Amino acid sequence: MPIEVTQPSDREVRVVRSFKAPRKLVWDAHAKPELVSKWMLGPPGWTMPVCEMDVRAGGAYRWRWRSDAEGKEFGFFGKFTEVTPHSKIVHEETFDPGDVGGSMSSDPAIITSEYVEANGVTTLTMTMLFSSKEARDGAVATGMTDGMEMGYERLDGMFKQAA
Amino acid sequence: MMVMNSSGYLDLTFAALADPTRRAILARLATGEASVQELSQPFAMSQPAISKHLKVLERAGLISVDIDAQRRPRRLELKRLEEAVDWIERYREIFEMNYQRLDALLEELQAKPAKHKRKKD
Repeated sequence: MPIEVTQPSDREVRVVRSFKAPRKLVWDAHAKPELVSKWMLGPPGWTMPVCEMDVRAGGAYRWRWRSDAEGKEFGFFGKFTEVTPHSKIVHEETFDPGDVGGSMSSDPAIITSEYVEANGVTTLTMTMLFSSKEARDGAVATGMTDGMEMGYERLDGMFKQAA
Repeated sequence: MMVMNSSGYLDLTFAALADPTRRAILARLATGEASVQELSQPFAMSQPAISKHLKVLERAGLISVDIDAQRRPRRLELKRLEEAVDWIERYREIFEMNYQRLDALLEELQAKPAKHKRKKD
């Protein structure tokens, strides 16, 4: 089930992905810190030493990643503003650049995650609303590996979608 | 020739790619250059309507016109498209790495239902 990335507006990025699992399980994997820290790790070589989450409206969270090889850390923190169990979660997210470079976001991004189950498949739609277009572009450019090569396969894939 | 910085182009590129007809035109041009007449055939659209779409694609730098040739063929400008795809790819790659791990975790959790009792919703 391929991931789908679009930008509904110049301040948003939307990521849609389906999972072969019931909605409650997909929800748990996002809402229970002991499960989140098992998969939300980013590129190879990064670990998630800090994963604290108080999942309820007004509850705070703190995520921090570390690369021992590079001796670098960065993180996100913020609070949950809306929690509808197994269905919808809205959280505010502030980027803490740690020592990977980039600047602390001045206004938090607002992330809305919605979980819909059909025929045993759960589709997660995550919409990230940034405070400005610049913030969005900056978020995309941050923490990414250099020299990523664009393969023709991807281009093929894009054309297949278009056709 | 328009002079524009890269990110200005990127906005135009995404706006141009937001339309299914324009994406289909690009897919057609990926197989080789084509005239406006040739491009309008498969879409059941008038040539002026297709020309409008072509102008949007041209402004975004996604296609170019050979003005010297009689039939003024349009051709795909791969560089601009790659730039747009690359921008989205960065997001996709990070998320995909995470989600593949999540796939494995979900599978593992479902294989061990006793440890994670599920209540009926």
